Amino acid sequence: MDVRKKLSGACGPFTFDVCVRVEEERLVAVFGESGSGKTTLLRLLSGLTRPDEGRIEVNGAVWFDSSAKINLPTQQREIGFVFQDYSLFPHMTVKENLDYAFHKNGNEALIAELLNFAELDGLAHRKPHTLSGGQQQRVALIRAIVRHPKILLLDEPLSSLDSRMRLRLQNLILKIARRFRLTTLLVTHEMAEVLKLSDEVLVLDHGKVARQGEARDVFLQKKMSGKFRCAGDVIGIEKADIVHIVFVRAGSQVVRVIASDDEVAEISVGDRVLVASKAFNPVLSKIGRDYAAFGTCDTTGENF
Amino acid sequence: MMIDWIPVVLTLKLACATTMLLLIVGVPLACWLTFSRHPLQPLVSTVVTMPLVLPPSVLGFYLLILLGPNGPVGRWTQHVLGMRLVFSFAGLVIGASIFSLPFMVNAVKAGLASIPRNLIEASYSLGKGRLQTVWSIVLPHARPAVIGGSVMSFAHTIGAFGIILMLGGNIPGQTRVASVAIYSEVEAVNYTAAHAYSLTLLAISFFVVIVMNMTNKKSAGVLG
Repeated sequence: MDVRKKLSGACGPFTFDVCVRVEEERLVAVFGESGSGKTTLLRLLSGLTRPDEGRIEVNGAVWFDSSAKINLPTQQREIGFVFQDYSLFPHMTVKENLDYAFHKNGNEALIAELLNFAELDGLAHRKPHTLSGGQQQRVALIRAIVRHPKILLLDEPLSSLDSRMRLRLQNLILKIARRFRLTTLLVTHEMAEVLKLSDEVLVLDHGKVARQGEARDVFLQKKMSGKFRCAGDVIGIEKADIVHIVFVRAGSQVVRVIASDDEVAEISVGDRVLVASKAFNPVLSKIGRDYAAFGTCDTTGENF
Repeated sequence: MMIDWIPVVLTLKLACATTMLLLIVGVPLACWLTFSRHPLQPLVSTVVTMPLVLPPSVLGFYLLILLGPNGPVGRWTQHVLGMRLVFSFAGLVIGASIFSLPFMVNAVKAGLASIPRNLIEASYSLGKGRLQTVWSIVLPHARPAVIGGSVMSFAHTIGAFGIILMLGGNIPGQTRVASVAIYSEVEAVNYTAAHAYSLTLLAISFFVVIVMNMTNKKSAGVLG
């Protein structure tokens, strides 16, 4: 895939310019801040958005080529797309949603298998609005694979779920990708999700590929040091005798940091800051399995 | 005194025929106006809305010319189909449909425009073409709007007067609908008959609007 498209973001117009190659049957996480072009990448690949120029080739088949004027419509690109808001058809039952994805008539055996696979037995005749968020997302996932797509595109599928449901869905995504031998592109802004799920990560920044490689190489090896860093927001500053106490919220935690007059002069409430600690000996103790719920501290700090 | 109920029957027949014709023509037109990026789209949209602001006599006058035996449409139907459009029930259906077109089209357009874009894109991603997506996903979503547009068109046709008088005249049993009959009876100082027709139209209109409100509530409950 080598495409360009002019986009207008929150900080003005920018050009999405991505040249990337993905091996078959890999699960690739597309990571980046809001507005970095993650969703655009999926939309360009699926044909829902037309690139200004470039070429998209999948397994030897050309899906888009601006110079040869080829632009395969979405319907003919063998993709499964899971939208952030699930996009289940509200007037259809779970089974009807799955039936709709078939080319002609539904395949009862496959539907039963998929429902069982996603632990949705017994919900086939329910309307989407009667299901929980996690159940709706699982229906959206299996609906996307009914047509046996070559590529599964997941646009932040877990962003609106609680941590327990997220863990369950992460496992289902892994199971589906392996069972159906899919090449999967997963858009996420959760680093923990990238580390858990992906074979490879593609970091986008302002419409360009900032880095690509194995998640551990990209996130953990770079600038790895014994230094502990944590990014957070300043939520309060108090003066205490000759120093100031700065309250920094990092994820669900609030830490107190002592700061001098000079340091405080440059900081005000609402600023994003990096708290770093040297000569520090972190103590590890397990507190649970789902590390996705605690996501903002990292070892490279300013990169995220 | 015996009241001639044929004008009321004719009014209901006209309202039914107009609503049917608008369902066939108005819904596809609303789809096209909502989703098309054709350069003529703004012009067509304006023309469709014109009956809302035009005096019915102006609309009726031009339709009379267009559908009359010497008009381009009227001459064609007379020669090819052997059908006279002015001062006939068929002409009334065409005139009333154009008169009520904005009620159907604007209501359906509003319903179609409210469909989340993702639902349409999800349908495309499942391999479905535009027509099937419109039929299976878009129209069911807009069903309350289609029902609302139909009821409004029905009610509006019942109340049509100026355009019917211009285009159909006052031929008993053919074009003398209830609204025209009320006018004739008042002119003839026959207030009993005028009362009977007026009260009947009032009751029908009230009933139609009540049904529409109840349908809206029901669909809001289903969708919510």
